Amino acid sequence: MSTTIPLTITVDGEPRDLDVDPRTTLLDALRDRLGVTSTKKGCDHGQCGACTVLLDGRRVLACLTLAVAKDGADVVTANGLATDGELHPVTEAFLANDAYQCGYCTPGQICSAVGAIDEARQGMPSAVTSDLTGEVTLDRTEIAERMSGNLCRCAAYVNIVSAVEEASRA
Amino acid sequence: MTTMDARSMGTSVRRIEGPDKVTGTATYAGDSVADGTLVLHPVQAGVARGEITAIDTAAAQALPGVVAVLTHRDAPTLGDTGDPEHRVLQGTTIHHRGQYVAAVLAEHAEVAAEAARLVVVTVDENPSTTGFDPDAQAYTPSALANGQPPDSGVGDPDAALAAAPVVVRASYATPMEHHNPMEPHTTTATWVDGRIEVFEATQGVESSRQTLATLFDAEVVVHASHVGGGFGSKGLHAGTVLAVLAARTVPGRPVRFALGRRQMFETVGYRPATVQHMALGASRDGRLEVVTHDVVGATARYKEFVEPAGGSTRSMYAAPHRRTSHRAVPLDLDGPTYMRGPGEAPGSFGLECAMDELAVALDLDPIDLRVRNEPEVHPENGLPFSSRGLVECLHAGAERFGWSSWDRTPRRRLVDGWWHGVGVGCGTFPTLRFPGSAAEITFTGGRYVVAIGAADIGQGARTVLTQIAADALGVDVGSITVEIGSTQVPVGSIAGGSAGTASWGSTVVEAADRFRDKYGENPDDGDHADAATPDNPWAGEYAMAAYCAQFAEVAVHADTGEIRVPRLLGMFGVGRILNPTLGRSQLQGGMVWGLSMALHEESVVDPRFGEVINHDFAGYHVASNADVRVVEAEWIDEDDPYINPMGAKGIGEIGIVGVSAAIANAAYHATGVRVRSLPITCDDFLTSGLL
Ligand code: FES
Ligand code: FES
Repeated sequence: MSTTIPLTITVDGEPRDLDVDPRTTLLDALRDRLGVTSTKKGCDHGQCGACTVLLDGRRVLACLTLAVAKDGADVVTANGLATDGELHPVTEAFLANDAYQCGYCTPGQICSAVGAIDEARQGMPSAVTSDLTGEVTLDRTEIAERMSGNLCRCAAYVNIVSAVEEASRA
Repeated sequence: MTTMDARSMGTSVRRIEGPDKVTGTATYAGDSVADGTLVLHPVQAGVARGEITAIDTAAAQALPGVVAVLTHRDAPTLGDTGDPEHRVLQGTTIHHRGQYVAAVLAEHAEVAAEAARLVVVTVDENPSTTGFDPDAQAYTPSALANGQPPDSGVGDPDAALAAAPVVVRASYATPMEHHNPMEPHTTTATWVDGRIEVFEATQGVESSRQTLATLFDAEVVVHASHVGGGFGSKGLHAGTVLAVLAARTVPGRPVRFALGRRQMFETVGYRPATVQHMALGASRDGRLEVVTHDVVGATARYKEFVEPAGGSTRSMYAAPHRRTSHRAVPLDLDGPTYMRGPGEAPGSFGLECAMDELAVALDLDPIDLRVRNEPEVHPENGLPFSSRGLVECLHAGAERFGWSSWDRTPRRRLVDGWWHGVGVGCGTFPTLRFPGSAAEITFTGGRYVVAIGAADIGQGARTVLTQIAADALGVDVGSITVEIGSTQVPVGSIAGGSAGTASWGSTVVEAADRFRDKYGENPDDGDHADAATPDNPWAGEYAMAAYCAQFAEVAVHADTGEIRVPRLLGMFGVGRILNPTLGRSQLQGGMVWGLSMALHEESVVDPRFGEVINHDFAGYHVASNADVRVVEAEWIDEDDPYINPMGAKGIGEIGIVGVSAAIANAAYHATGVRVRSLPITCDDFLTSGLL
């Protein structure tokens, strides 16, 4: 067998040990080795956003992340966002706004939205922010721009923007 | 004749599987991962045509972690489904680049991919043709993909064109496009004791079961509880056959084959390119004398599929003289297939742009032109329409869109460096009911369990079937459990042709009627009834279809030619909307597909190699969030008692139809530049000399 490397990552609050081939992406490690299938594979190329997870609090593409490089990291998927049995406000807003159809891009969209709202709260500008130093207001244009790394072929975009808008005000 | 009473139908019940989807716990075909699942990686043909002369698998086989290497040498002879695409590893002939010629089965994905690269396939290459040339030798197909005849005609169109006072002739081109559902095609297959169990990304568990049973002469069970989009691409393709061939070599162990995104451009079909030659002849007051729609389309040499692009022209407008024709140019590519709005989506680009050009030639409002040519009965077969909301959609849409506030003269509105304009495009899609479903209703534990092998590919089948069953039984939705997505429940027809809900729903209503007839209002535990899809007694009596009017506002940058769509409004005549929230989502999704078709999508084949060169999401752009601005879907009140008991027309396809024409027509209105080839890009305006 090829060389494997031991590591520990925390997934949705639980520490998990695994041995991986150094070529294994975080996405394959989660799905194939740990059975965490909440995060989806849409392209494996960093082009669709379906694999988005929160890694140490920031949104990242799990398919572009090598698992071996993330020993000790904290990973949260859409299935780990709930606290004390209460759905996360973003998750709740996706349900309320019918911000999905087939649901395949959805866990990635939701993780991405959580990350995007946090980035905006920290004042990080996007390509459509006019004042680069002021506070960021998440209007529909800002949300659409910040969520454009997550493709949805069912094209639930109008409702995704509404959901993120609603959640960001919560 | 009346439609059934609605209590739950027409209300916005939330998606039943919503909580599973938003947490990612809904299981798709690749999520049913049991311990010991093996991973398949294919070896694909690197040429478009040829004969395999040798395959060397030694290096692949020697790699630790490789369990098996499959080639045509050791594959069993498969049963004949009549579809050449299903003959996987059945010989040495290569029909298209990307065809599966071998496969590796390994413990892990990295090893499988590496081993696949080590398989050496030697090929005698044959000359191939893979670039679509509409002027190349074309043939007349025996039938279009939807079974309709390739040609139709009434009167003497050529003489009518020669005599008509106003004539518009133009040719329109639509490119090859790929569906790209977000979930790549995935199969997880296990073969135990002559029985194959498959978790499959499919639009029809029963049709997949039948195909696999024919191919492998075995008992087959297919599951698809959740499917990550289909749009026509999730019939049964070669990858599923390859996965089951592999599973056969490792009895008892699950085998998973999840296509990579690039394989989605090589093996699961596409919308073939068309060139549409349109001619419209009219009197000076805007009455059509003649309509002709002559289509040349690409097909695959080894598997015929002819896009019925002229089909909707047969019913859209009145004209005493008319012709549609379809010719096919065979290419050495993988097989085309149905893609959202097959026929109507590309065909409405030709017809509806030509109508716009005629309106300009007549100096007539394009809405008036269409209203003047509204037929009383189906213009080719003479049947009355069960309902036809086109004119009402045009009027209601124009009102809501603010159509009359725009001066019809092109190039009038320049705002902050952007030329703005508006356009309209119309569309239709047939209202069908597929035969062959069966539904079973069982009363158990105080609940009605409704079982039918339907597929939920995102359209919301679970939810609307629950609503239909509740109303048919006269109970609350909370008392209904719907079981779908498996061949272990009674058979369901496919989720396709905008016919899923109509077909399954009619069947469920029939079963509910029988249940009530048998057991009344107070059934005992275990009481059950079943029914097959009833025939529609009105099927030959009326022409049945959905209609739409699509409105677009377009902005074209005066310096760069960049084109954006700030606003889309679709007005739909689709009978009863069963669930307004879900229906609106589906219609808006279709409209965004239309936007994406208008501005972004084109698969580019390199004719030297027969390969789609922009075969990923970096090169093949599908509309992203920032491409989409205001998209509104609305509908007229329409009561159609002839189509099905629910009075609901299918809405999966109608959303896309007419949108690309509305956008092209709006772009003309904004700039004065007429673009007749999709997608519309900056260079269309920059090279026009008009900006
Ligand atoms: S799967 Fe990671 S971005 Fe597409
Ligand atoms: S919900 Fe289907 S791809 Fe987004």
